[in-house]
Amino acid sequence: MTDTVLYLAHTEADGSLSRASLEALTVAQTTAAGLHVSLVVGLFGGDVCDAAASVGGCGASRFFAVAGADFASPRYASDAAAAEAIARATDATIVVAAHTSRLARVLAGVAFRLNGCIDTHVSAVDSSDGSIAVARWFYRQRIEGMARRTQRPWFLVIDPGVATAYVGPSVDIEPETITVLVPSTRTQTVGLREASAAEQTIRPDAALLFVAGAGWTRKQKDGQTHTEEAEQLILGFLGATGASLGSTKSLTDIAGEGLAVLHCLSHMNQVGQTGSTPRHPKGLSACCHGEEPHVVGWRFIRERRAVNLDANCGWARGKADVLYVADAFEVMRQLNGLLRARETSSRGDRQPIYSNAS
Amino acid sequence: MHIVVCGGIVPDPLQTLEPVATAAGPGLKNELLLPAILDPWAGCALHEAAHLAKQCEGSRVWLVSLGPKAKLQQVMMSLAQKAPFELVALDGPAHGFTDAHETAALLAEAIVSIQGLDRGRLLLFGGWESASRGQGVTLQMVGERLGIADQFQGVDRITLRDDGSFEVMERVEGGRHLVSWCTGPPALLGWATGERAEPRNDPQMGMKNMRTIMPALQKATPVSLAAEGLSYHDVRLPLQQRQTRIVKDMPPAEIALEIFDWIAND
Repeated sequence: MTDTVLYLAHTEADGSLSRASLEALTVAQTTAAGLHVSLVVGLFGGDVCDAAASVGGCGASRFFAVAGADFASPRYASDAAAAEAIARATDATIVVAAHTSRLARVLAGVAFRLNGCIDTHVSAVDSSDGSIAVARWFYRQRIEGMARRTQRPWFLVIDPGVATAYVGPSVDIEPETITVLVPSTRTQTVGLREASAAEQTIRPDAALLFVAGAGWTRKQKDGQTHTEEAEQLILGFLGATGASLGSTKSLTDIAGEGLAVLHCLSHMNQVGQTGSTPRHPKGLSACCHGEEPHVVGWRFIRERRAVNLDANCGWARGKADVLYVADAFEVMRQLNGLLRARETSSRGDRQPIYSNAS
Repeated sequence: MHIVVCGGIVPDPLQTLEPVATAAGPGLKNELLLPAILDPWAGCALHEAAHLAKQCEGSRVWLVSLGPKAKLQQVMMSLAQKAPFELVALDGPAHGFTDAHETAALLAEAIVSIQGLDRGRLLLFGGWESASRGQGVTLQMVGERLGIADQFQGVDRITLRDDGSFEVMERVEGGRHLVSWCTGPPALLGWATGERAEPRNDPQMGMKNMRTIMPALQKATPVSLAAEGLSYHDVRLPLQQRQTRIVKDMPPAEIALEIFDWIAND
């Protein structure tokens, strides 16, 4: 059977495609090129015109769309129906999509409906020899391997951050519209809600991830805990750098144990075995401890530095590029001072950039 | 309310994992000797199920689990002390290289055969991803097989209303939640961490649970997973050892300056 590669994506609320979706398009292009088969594009959402134009120059032979108010918001029944209709219309054997929350919710069900198969969290697709193998992680990023499947259609759900985002000229495209009868559903989407009333500290697009460990809530040199100051230091750093905030499991669990907590943190910030494994160019950890299982939280951070008091800590040794053996409170106080000075300096004041680094 | 929790077992996360090649494909070295736990996110689902069942009189909770019988028994000894549930056990492989499609078929079959389960009142729970295969697809396929069209993934909260409807909060990008309303069961919820801390051990509950768990384990149906059409290669531990530069005895101000320069240098 000749393969057809379908690139499947949904639009965002503003009608655009997310960065993760554009990265998946790059993977779809290289996969189709490797297999020497045609690429088709399938889009669904409230209004797909802008999205179709943005990928109009990607080299796809056909464009399909399911659009309308029923498909504007994420919902299993309508999204699955749209994705299923597109996959059927294109007769695709390989379906490439981004691992967004919206697609991750429905694509396994769609693969089942099409008697197909699915692999998610795909970190690479190798189609160089004319067949397809996908790389993915097992045991929460502790083992890696390649998989091949003979069953078709095969849905490949690509992790964000593993490919460069597609960039191309905007080309007006009139996609072939597929009419989908929305199945009766008992679910109504209400909208998005921030995880807490406090400032959002999870920023997937940030250049830097700051990982806070349980040490921030432990007794310090004076025999006292200083969680309020810890929170101020962390938030000050995040405010000045725009970094995303991650946390170890032990720190988020402390709240459940009724101990002193950092209010800026929740389970949403947790990285590692039972948390997320975000992708950022740089990562700085402070007061984090633990061995291999805990360290998977920053497996996909390219440059890593750590500040803690234990030179032999498994979190940092062999895992970070640089380990500073020092009191994180003192280092962060100084670092925030430098960042504040830079901010002041960039506002046109005459204060030197490194004024408080003695 | 009838709540079925699908949850597998995984090696204790603190154990060293090493892949090995076996006749049936990749596996873990000394897999049967590694201490096991209930999959962490499935554990969250079970705790939420127990909490929900407490709120609704007449509710029942089942745990459907596929794993080697001996390992299941070991896990149940401690799990039984956490929450009241009835076990439906399937005796088969549970490692991360089994196929989710086959697993889903077996789980759906086991759920359909539960005596006394009212599928019109069914809330199908599970972890949104496992700590072994980590695909996050099994539960959706079980749901499809059971004809459940109201599915939610990455759930952190369910709030019941008096009229039987409920509000669900699912994790989405950027640390936010998607809020949806559903008119009522049947529905499927793949849980993220949820909001409940792990319950304390209750030995009395453990003894009561084990009275039904042991017979369920004895009756566990042996199943095999063929993984037809699926093959693996280059399964290995990641080579991630870095040459860490350890900086001792540097004043905090100098460390801060070095980090400042590093952050600023794009």
